[in-house]
Amino acid sequence: MSAEPVLATIWFALVGVLFTGYVILDGFDLGVGVLHLAAAKSDGDRRIFLNAIGPVWDGNEVWLVTGGGALFAAFPAVYATVFSGFYLAFMALLCALIFRAVAIEFRSKHPSARWRRFWDGSFAGGSLFSALLIGIAMGNVAWGVPVGADGEFSGSFLGLLHPYSLLMGVTTVALFAMHGAIYLVLKTEGGLQRRIRTWVNPLIIAFILCYAILTLATLLYVPHVTEAFRREPWFFALVIPVVLAIANIPREVNRGEEFRAFLSSCAAMAGLMAIFGIGMYPNLLYSNPAPEHSLTALNAASSPHTLRIMLTIAAIGVPIVITYSASIYFIFRGKVRLGRMSY
Amino acid sequence: MDVLLLSRLQFAFTIAFHYLYPPLSIGLGVLLVIIEGFWLITRKPLYHQMARFWTKVFALTFAIGVATGIVMEFEFGTNWATYSRYVGDVFGSALAAEGIFAFFLESGFLAVLLFGWDKVGPKLHFFATCMVAFGAHFSAIWIVVANSWMQTPAGFHIVGQGLSARAEITDFWAMVFNPSSMDRLSHTLMGAWQAGAWLVVSVGAFYLLKRRHREFALASIKLGLIVALVSSVASLATGHRSAQGVAVNQPAKLAAFEGLWKTGPQAPLHLFGWVDASHEVTHGPEIPGLLSWLAHGDASAPVQGLRDTPPADRPPVNFSFQLFHLMVAVGTLLIVLAGWAFYLCKRGRLEHARRTLWLLTFAVLGPQIANQAGWWAAEVGRQPWIVYGLLRTSHALSKVVTAHQVAASMIMFLAVYSLLFAVFVFLLNDKIQHGPDDADLVDPYEKIGQSLAGVKGGAA
Repeated sequence: MSAEPVLATIWFALVGVLFTGYVILDGFDLGVGVLHLAAAKSDGDRRIFLNAIGPVWDGNEVWLVTGGGALFAAFPAVYATVFSGFYLAFMALLCALIFRAVAIEFRSKHPSARWRRFWDGSFAGGSLFSALLIGIAMGNVAWGVPVGADGEFSGSFLGLLHPYSLLMGVTTVALFAMHGAIYLVLKTEGGLQRRIRTWVNPLIIAFILCYAILTLATLLYVPHVTEAFRREPWFFALVIPVVLAIANIPREVNRGEEFRAFLSSCAAMAGLMAIFGIGMYPNLLYSNPAPEHSLTALNAASSPHTLRIMLTIAAIGVPIVITYSASIYFIFRGKVRLGRMSY
Repeated sequence: MDVLLLSRLQFAFTIAFHYLYPPLSIGLGVLLVIIEGFWLITRKPLYHQMARFWTKVFALTFAIGVATGIVMEFEFGTNWATYSRYVGDVFGSALAAEGIFAFFLESGFLAVLLFGWDKVGPKLHFFATCMVAFGAHFSAIWIVVANSWMQTPAGFHIVGQGLSARAEITDFWAMVFNPSSMDRLSHTLMGAWQAGAWLVVSVGAFYLLKRRHREFALASIKLGLIVALVSSVASLATGHRSAQGVAVNQPAKLAAFEGLWKTGPQAPLHLFGWVDASHEVTHGPEIPGLLSWLAHGDASAPVQGLRDTPPADRPPVNFSFQLFHLMVAVGTLLIVLAGWAFYLCKRGRLEHARRTLWLLTFAVLGPQIANQAGWWAAEVGRQPWIVYGLLRTSHALSKVVTAHQVAASMIMFLAVYSLLFAVFVFLLNDKIQHGPDDADLVDPYEKIGQSLAGVKGGAA
């Protein structure tokens, strides 16, 4: 291979890594939001939920911003087609993200019950809706969307809401809720922790059910995603650690090893994203029908010069980001304690 | 209404709203570094109280800045897909660099700044404050570089033709240091420092008027005024350099700013006025030769007029003219006000100068008006181009997005942002009415300090 396909493939992987970082990290704080109304009943419990993600949710969301920026820079054609094609869906996602972001900040700033109820609703609704829309978007990327010969989206908004994408949306909500519940077990103690523990197993089961149906649907109706696994059966080896990681979660929760349970959940999500990425490669936006119009890592990439510049930027920036992000998670480790500066 | 007009209105509205907040974060960030630095050196409880109070205000502005900032990144793709394809190779890399270098830095260390007072030592906390301020500046750097590339493109070549034409980077550093980026960056940052500084001054002046929190108010005003004075004078200098650059790189824009029609030496400067574009005349008092002198350092130097630009390539002249003059007028008033208040402050008379205190209270609006007017002037003055001389705004739209869709999202943004703004004003007022917390007049590290004494210096 010449330099160009190699670089494009590296960037396909790097954009994948950024979005994986996003779903793992923002996944748990969106999941906390999904559970906010259902699992936390009193004002005190809800404050603990918010403060469990308080110091980190903002940094987690930056993974989305940076992932979007990297997509813009490395694959401008994909960024342009997806963002303009999914116009109303992305506007709804923005609305949901804005509401949940400011709800976290605003809720604690006024003591009245009505004020807090409103922002509780915004936080929970915004989180649920964000998770659902992210899942629906991924469902469409996997299923494929109509792309014209000019590389533009040629479908409609309602066309994006088909059973497969909705199933992916629901699966994503279940996955994030499960991930969030495990994170909350890690950050809480006492009676609240006992109550959240009872949520973990049902959420794992809900996720596994959704995922099983989704996988079946993928095998039956989305052959291009399973193509890579037919061609290179050893990719199947990836499925084993994912299954083991998910199976390990209830075991660690029951043993009281919450941190290991959380790591297992993170590992499972990374594995799921890797499987998704392998299934998609080299397509970034699969065209359905008319696969010949698909936007791929090879036909939609920026110039090799730009990809090389960005590789330098990433090589300098990403290790620094990971180092201080890890330090910040370390500083805020342990159970949530409400203080004067808390939300 | 058509898609073009709606998309432009939506982008203008969302960026204008967003741009209320990052300048406040950047300016307050600088003041927080100074305040916390003073506290580390002097250990005066007052500085600790100030740091805690202004941190709360900072958190509020930062949250809205982040929430409305994501919108901007999405809108390039949703509303301006053709533009995104055209510039992605160049513009996208600056945006990605912004994410990796700046946003992570800000948001990560913000956690320590807000919630870390009792989790880390004072030096590490100060380090976090510096990193947040540094990150805020860094994010301004990359986005202003990207925007400046749209004003004065450099370090690229065009590949493909017609609809598939797009810009590709040939020289990264030439793109970063394009002819206008450093002038515009320094000018933008000085505007941002003013926004933060005048907020601090304004709240302090309000407390003095209400005879509350005297010590806190005086210290805030003094510090705020020094930063306001330095940055408002620096705004004049950087603005002058920036305008000289515009004269060379975007002559039609400068001509619109000044309502200059005829090319020639001894070009006049209008103090204020009204441009009648259909008759190609500008009414108002003018000083002959001043524009030539300001633009080129020589009153007899020729300045290019609008008639040298084909009508189809001219920006909206009167609108650009008014925005530019509004910015200059407000900026000038702020310098005078900062100088006068600083003089009174030095003399110890500011506390009793109630009329000046009222002026200072409302001066918080000054930098916001000037920042908005300046940014609008820069963007409107670039029209009809989205990338100057290369791509027209009317050609940059998303082809698949309909007017109904943009109208729907526009209504959503109007509703959501109105609510956000109302809540912001309500909470800011709440914080100001509540005032600095007397519980913060203690050293939070007294106890921790003793337990950390063994590992002193290790914290930073």
